[in-house]
Amino acid sequence: MSINSRRKMVEAKEIIKVYGSFRALDRVSLDIYDGEKVVIIGPSGSGKSTLLRSINRLEEIDRGTIVVDGMDLYDPKTDITKVREEVGMVFQSFNLFPHKTVLENLTLAQIVVRKRSKHEAEEKAMMLLERVGLAAKAKSYPGKLSGGQQQRVAIARSLAMDPKLMLFDEPTSALDPEMIGEVLDVMKDLAKDGMTMAVVTHEMGFAREVADRVIFMDAGRIVEEGTPEHFFTAPTHERAKLFLSQIL
Amino acid sequence: MSTEAKKQIIDVGDGAAIPRKSDRGLFTAWRIAFFGAIGTIAYLVWNRPDPYLNILKFVPDGIAVTFQVTLGAILLAIVIGLITGLGRISKNRFFNGVASLYVEVIRGIPLLVQIFYIYYALGTIVKVPAILSAIIAMAVCYGAYMGEVVRAGIESIAKGQREAALSLGMNGRQTMIHVILPQAVKVILPPVGNEFIALLKDSSLVSIIAVADLLRRGREYASESFTYFETYTVIALIYLIITLFFSKIIGVMEERVSVNK
Repeated sequence: MSINSRRKMVEAKEIIKVYGSFRALDRVSLDIYDGEKVVIIGPSGSGKSTLLRSINRLEEIDRGTIVVDGMDLYDPKTDITKVREEVGMVFQSFNLFPHKTVLENLTLAQIVVRKRSKHEAEEKAMMLLERVGLAAKAKSYPGKLSGGQQQRVAIARSLAMDPKLMLFDEPTSALDPEMIGEVLDVMKDLAKDGMTMAVVTHEMGFAREVADRVIFMDAGRIVEEGTPEHFFTAPTHERAKLFLSQIL
Repeated sequence: MSTEAKKQIIDVGDGAAIPRKSDRGLFTAWRIAFFGAIGTIAYLVWNRPDPYLNILKFVPDGIAVTFQVTLGAILLAIVIGLITGLGRISKNRFFNGVASLYVEVIRGIPLLVQIFYIYYALGTIVKVPAILSAIIAMAVCYGAYMGEVVRAGIESIAKGQREAALSLGMNGRQTMIHVILPQAVKVILPPVGNEFIALLKDSSLVSIIAVADLLRRGREYASESFTYFETYTVIALIYLIITLFFSKIIGVMEERVSVNK
């Protein structure tokens, strides 16, 4: 399915994450190929967010290996900030910087991390704000924006770093229903552009439309994996069938 | 819609009461106290220039010294507090340990004892002017409290802010400087103002190590003229006017910050 070569962007092997006696991730292995769109679904507490967050090491795993874009996250020689530069992340709660304008939200990391000039960073930022339809809000503070607008800004902020991979952690879960569409549209547009994406979501319509591969997790394990057609029409695992019957 | 619905409020109540926005009306406690104090001094000076006018002429030097000590100490305390606060949240065990130990030790010793101690301890090593010794003692003490204010301020910033900055490739230092501290300052400012007022009042303690502050000047005048009651009345009223004045300024500042949010 993938547009580009079959190069692996993410290679996670047998990862285990424990909280006390609770296994949030139980020997999970996952490869994501260049250009691939992977949608991760499952009941809450199944470990899907933990898995996503471990890909840029916001969550430390207890065992296993994760290689992102050829860099081993747990190799002492790896500079984790170098990995994170290449991996964009969008959060459920947007996490825009409230003390900075929309434009500054987009330019900060470009200037501080990528060492771009202010002019260059602003040009890039305006181009991206245009793309998510919020160029008019460049001088506003995030607090003045609706949830949907904030999330679109957050996506643009990640894209400003020219990431090779984008992680979405329930990007529409905190939004009012009428705002979900605008955020999903931006994500679909991004998918069309060939971005490699890993998305944790409850939006089944989006999964059907965009995903190359759907991953269903339960109790810290990947229990079902396949194309959307296969997953939504003929799931094999009981737990997946039950989940689908509840959610659809 | 704001990203963080809840904002933590730090309350280190040690300074004068900061007037709240809700304190409306003509006769607020602040106004009665502030204008009452000014009126009382004016009345006394007008009706009994001797000794009151003489006292009032004698103490301004002391007010200047009190301000010197307070300003010097608060600035130094803010620097110490920033380092201590960062130490208290640091993952570096040594840095964290030293900062925590400092806070524990300082908070366990009365300020008056610290002032004596630093004055005589420093005195055995180098000869420093009493006023410098006083500033250092006050700063060392208040730095510990300030460290806790800074720590609480930093911890009040939502975890998501840090994660967002890290996910953009910023390192810990960049995250602190560009994302966490600028937001924490807004939270920290009101309690720092509070500490400032508390420090101003506590600065009267330095009069015991021969620093000619407001209280010391008063004592000098009183012991020469034997007008103890009259002198200390004036001294108390002057302290009251100064602290009320600053509490008002800080109250206004606090309002501005919360409006800007």
